[in-house]
Amino acid sequence: MILEGKQRIWSEYQKDIPDDHWYYVRSCIRQNFFPASERMFTHIVKDVLGKDLYETPHHTTCGGIAYHCDTIPQETAMTIVARQFALMTEAGYENYCPSCITSFGNYAEILETWREYPELEARIREDLWKACRREFKKPRYLAHSSDLIFHWRGEIARLAKKRLMDVRTGQPLRIVEHIGCHYAKMFPSKGVGGAEYPYVLAGMVESWGGQVIDYPERRHCCGYGFRQYHVKANRGYSLSNTYKKFESMEPYHPDAIVTNCPGCPYFLDRWQYVIASQTGKTYGENGHGIPVLTYEELAGLVLGYDPWDLGLQLHQVAVEPLLDKMGVEYDPKAKYLGLNKEDLMRPELPTQIKCY
Amino acid sequence: MTDFGFKLSKSSTIDLSRVELDRFEELCRQEPGAKVCIGCGSCTASCPAGRLSGMSVRKVLLGLQRGQKVNDMLQCCMLCGKCTMVCPRGINTRNLILTICRIYD
Repeated sequence: MILEGKQRIWSEYQKDIPDDHWYYVRSCIRQNFFPASERMFTHIVKDVLGKDLYETPHHTTCGGIAYHCDTIPQETAMTIVARQFALMTEAGYENYCPSCITSFGNYAEILETWREYPELEARIREDLWKACRREFKKPRYLAHSSDLIFHWRGEIARLAKKRLMDVRTGQPLRIVEHIGCHYAKMFPSKGVGGAEYPYVLAGMVESWGGQVIDYPERRHCCGYGFRQYHVKANRGYSLSNTYKKFESMEPYHPDAIVTNCPGCPYFLDRWQYVIASQTGKTYGENGHGIPVLTYEELAGLVLGYDPWDLGLQLHQVAVEPLLDKMGVEYDPKAKYLGLNKEDLMRPELPTQIKCY
Repeated sequence: MTDFGFKLSKSSTIDLSRVELDRFEELCRQEPGAKVCIGCGSCTASCPAGRLSGMSVRKVLLGLQRGQKVNDMLQCCMLCGKCTMVCPRGINTRNLILTICRIYD
């Protein structure tokens, strides 16, 4: 294949990401799972990079979880989303940035459905008006918050205080990147690199000095899959999917996993404890697990923030081996101190997987 | 081991590179029809023993191709020959069953 042809094909997998003026909507669950991630995102975008990012406390869930659990019809999710767009329109923004991959997929699916069925969009507009007297414009650009960090990855690299390098050996850290299924598997054109070559996280890792690991089950689901986890009878299936991924990545000895979805880091992190408790098997070095980070947490570490301010003490898998490799300074005694040195209390530690 | 109320399921992945297929190749040599089966299930649908015993020639053949153990399903066969009559590939299923029983005994 000639180079021009390759470049032309690759250009079809790119997406426009405006440099400024974003309307940000948070995830329903991320603040519980990884409490500093969204805070770190807004801090990086607004305070470190000096961009305009607006958010309002009036926004709600996008309805994505209920929609994917088959508890509400898509029309209900559409009306919820229409209200979110109305809030964006009222605030004077055109660029919409959800923090959640499920939301991102939900918005992409709804916008695509409205494009295919304009009469449905008209009905939803009418329903929204009847329900809360609101009108909306559709966003001009839709990008996930990881798209934005990807877009500004070079600037973050320039401001970096730590690199994704093993300070003891000088070698790049071996990073597994896991992208949420709803990012580009449903609508490949909406993601950077499409469904086949998603580059959003790999680009960050490479820019910040790490090495991306390619392994057989790289694009396999994390195992969450909504119905698989939320219905307890199916939960073993969820666990088995995660197990399959870990078995596949194990021979490549990853130092960390980075994800861009609310569910993926949670399940890749917590299921390691469950797998260790059920089988006695751990995937990290010396009885540790493989630390799983969100891309905001990884960006925070690269920018030199205190790991406990990033909420890394709330991970199931100990992050200390990764911090030691990166040369991040941390106070082990301050691990379970929260804001203003408030005692978060020390959790009961598992016996099958090494934690601190 | 901690009981969470759910557990890991055994993987259903079949790694054909690790499957021992010597006996299946012998079966194909003695009854070449084993290789031309398209798994349509006509034999199973027409089997009078299948309704009562779960006997399925299609399942047996698929299992053998994957190197899986064959249970005693074939012992329920009455050698009536209906499957031979309906097979769209013209396989001599009666001979196939007898050969399987002989090789995998």
